[in-house]
Amino acid sequence: MKRKQLKFVVGSAVIVVTVAFLAFSGFTESMAYFQTVTELYAKKDSYYDKRLRVSGDVVPHTIVREGTAVKFDIQHEGNTMSVTYIGTDPLPDTFRDYATAVVDGKYGRDGLFTATGLQAKCASKYEKEAAAGAVTQNFGE
Amino acid sequence: MAQVGQFALALSVVVAAYSIVASLLGIRLKSDKLIASGRNAAIGVFACVTMSIVSLTYLFLIDDFSINYIAEHSNRDLPVYFKISAVWGGQEGSLLFWGWLLTVYSALVIFQNWRKHTAMMPYVTAVLMSSGLFFTAMNLFVVNPFNQVVVLQPGGVNALFVPQDGAGLNPLLQYILMVIHPPILYLGFVGFAVPFAFAIAAMASRQLGDTWIRTTRRWTMVAWFFLGTGILLGGKWAYVELGWGGFWGWDPVENASLMPWLIATAYLHSVMVQEKKGMMKVWNMVLIILTYVMCIFGTFLTRSGLVSSVHAFAQSPIGGYFLAFIVVGLSGSLYLLLDRLNYLKSDNQMESLVSRESSFMFNNLILLASCFAVFWGTIFPVISEAAPEWMGGGVKVTVGPPFFNRVNVPIAIFLLFLTGVGPLLAWRKASTNSLKRNFLWPAGIALASGVGLFFLGVDHFYAWLSLVMCIFVSLTIGREFYKGARARSVGSGENFVEAVVNLTLRNTRRYGGYIVHFGFVLLFLGWSGQAFTTDTQSETGIGETITMRQYTLRMDKLAIEEMPNYTTSKATISLFENGEKVGVLYPERRFYTSSGQPTTEVAIWSTLKEDLYVVFAGSAPDGKKAVMQVYLNPLVAWVWIGGIILGLGTLIAMLPNKKSAPRTSPVNRVEERREVEQHTT
Repeated sequence: MKRKQLKFVVGSAVIVVTVAFLAFSGFTESMAYFQTVTELYAKKDSYYDKRLRVSGDVVPHTIVREGTAVKFDIQHEGNTMSVTYIGTDPLPDTFRDYATAVVDGKYGRDGLFTATGLQAKCASKYEKEAAAGAVTQNFGE
Repeated sequence: MAQVGQFALALSVVVAAYSIVASLLGIRLKSDKLIASGRNAAIGVFACVTMSIVSLTYLFLIDDFSINYIAEHSNRDLPVYFKISAVWGGQEGSLLFWGWLLTVYSALVIFQNWRKHTAMMPYVTAVLMSSGLFFTAMNLFVVNPFNQVVVLQPGGVNALFVPQDGAGLNPLLQYILMVIHPPILYLGFVGFAVPFAFAIAAMASRQLGDTWIRTTRRWTMVAWFFLGTGILLGGKWAYVELGWGGFWGWDPVENASLMPWLIATAYLHSVMVQEKKGMMKVWNMVLIILTYVMCIFGTFLTRSGLVSSVHAFAQSPIGGYFLAFIVVGLSGSLYLLLDRLNYLKSDNQMESLVSRESSFMFNNLILLASCFAVFWGTIFPVISEAAPEWMGGGVKVTVGPPFFNRVNVPIAIFLLFLTGVGPLLAWRKASTNSLKRNFLWPAGIALASGVGLFFLGVDHFYAWLSLVMCIFVSLTIGREFYKGARARSVGSGENFVEAVVNLTLRNTRRYGGYIVHFGFVLLFLGWSGQAFTTDTQSETGIGETITMRQYTLRMDKLAIEEMPNYTTSKATISLFENGEKVGVLYPERRFYTSSGQPTTEVAIWSTLKEDLYVVFAGSAPDGKKAVMQVYLNPLVAWVWIGGIILGLGTLIAMLPNKKSAPRTSPVNRVEERREVEQHTT
């Protein structure tokens, strides 16, 4: 390699290393294990006090507002978990009975999940259709 | 009418396939007739897909709920413009729309370039039609918008069924920005097919000068303009409609549109190095290939259900096909690139770290680093789950906004810095003298303002740095306009404003570029404000007040109103600033009857200084009080203003240069030409 090119290699390397370092520190700060309620229950011991994202369907009629906190249950394949949402953002519009919720937070040894983040998605179209017994077919068949 | 659409769609698949074969065979057999036939077929595909999408739109307008896609995405009461937007509101229709835009671009490109670039055009046609074939075939065989509603009867017999009414369009999408956001975003995504096709055609036909770059410069800018506008409109929609106080959340769907934009931005800059210095030829090929691949990948990401996202379409079977298309496209392009490496040798070498070309190189490097980080962060859940257990895999691991911000905020600020410095550096090597002349004053003033900002209470490091850079870059840009305009007005007698306008029109690429950069300065100003967002939540009854800094909100009325489409809880809030009444806000919480979906209607009091953002978050258990969430978001308005300036700058940069005015004296013209040569970017 010519000496002239060396400074570009060094300059680029500095940038790449800096970005890699930032990525690494951002990663350790915000990484979370993404589990369903069932998966979480299968390995409870290894997840206490770890940052978690847990998904499950909102159990109908369990959403209760207590001051600025919101309590509700989510379930996956029959496993139910109680959640207390203490986040500062308002609840998303899609959050309601039967919706699929993803909660960010920690799972306590008392079996309660404390969430600081909450996302929700309406039950998917596919499930709605399956429930209604309707299927679609290719046109003209 | 459904049969017409269906038939046109089927025909378009056949014709697109024929167009590819005829074009390639025509090149091989040197048959002008076959090549022309391939071209005509491509126009035919445009006609077929147009027919198909027109018939789908018609079916929406006449409420034909025997069509499954329409039954799921529309209902009788839906206003006409939402019925039209529902055409691209779901998986099937949006893919058809994607394919249609591609055929529109293809037809335009063919009309514009057929005579000019005889050697490349058959390849361009073949490449564009390969994408066309993929999308029309997906629509015909996998996600067909013309499928009928069928009910499984007892005894296992399927019967056709026509529902009385449709399920309705998702209320979150019943919003004017959501009508125009997807088409604009798609115009961006699809638009990159054009420079991509020319790049492949240039390699295939061994026409590897910079013709393909010059030919597609405006097309690339069109696509870049639409993609950027689409992303910003998406942010605006999230801000106004989703009610969480922000406009960007690093959701996979947002990332999907950001990634191609980042690479395309790198490409837009690095092509200048190839045009001026004949360098970075391989690099540009790589960038445009990656841009288009990322566009397809983004489309794939939002539709396959691969990563969970709030906005993504439901899980569907199209993922595998998309992945196959990406793999084939990427490996084909890279193979071609490796095969043509000999034709892509650089004419020059980088010499100095402080030069125009090196600033472009660093711009490229960090844009790509940013894209790379976003890419890994987005697909990390998939990777971590698929990785073998001895590597710590098998578990889904996600990363949140802190990861994306940690990487991208410093990158963005460094880019802003380059925005101010890069355009003023000389090619090859900038002299110490020119550095002093160009940057001493702007840097000095920016630093002095920085000290001032610190004492004004800007104590967030990145926000502070970003604001200092904003001042620095504004000064360098302002100085360029001032210098150029003064030189003009001295020579021609024009007044200063005339001189600025003429200056810009005479070298649109350079000055349009400055305006784009200034748009970014304003965007950064808006983003910096995000560091100082505050919010408060309280249960508020009638007559009670919420106070935030100089603002006081007084709850005057809480009412429930019945509307045709929905029921709404509506709060009437008087807004006082420093004790003086300035306005009335009406935050609402709606409940849509047909879909059973509640939505919040945010009330926003927007000024250039800050936005007061009021969300009706819910009702307290006793029903007499409302839970109000109030955000104070400084400087948000500048994000949208910056977006508009950015768009204007892009449009100006696309204009052809105005020829020299006769008033200009010959001496001055020589002077100017030298100036232009020095600075043309």
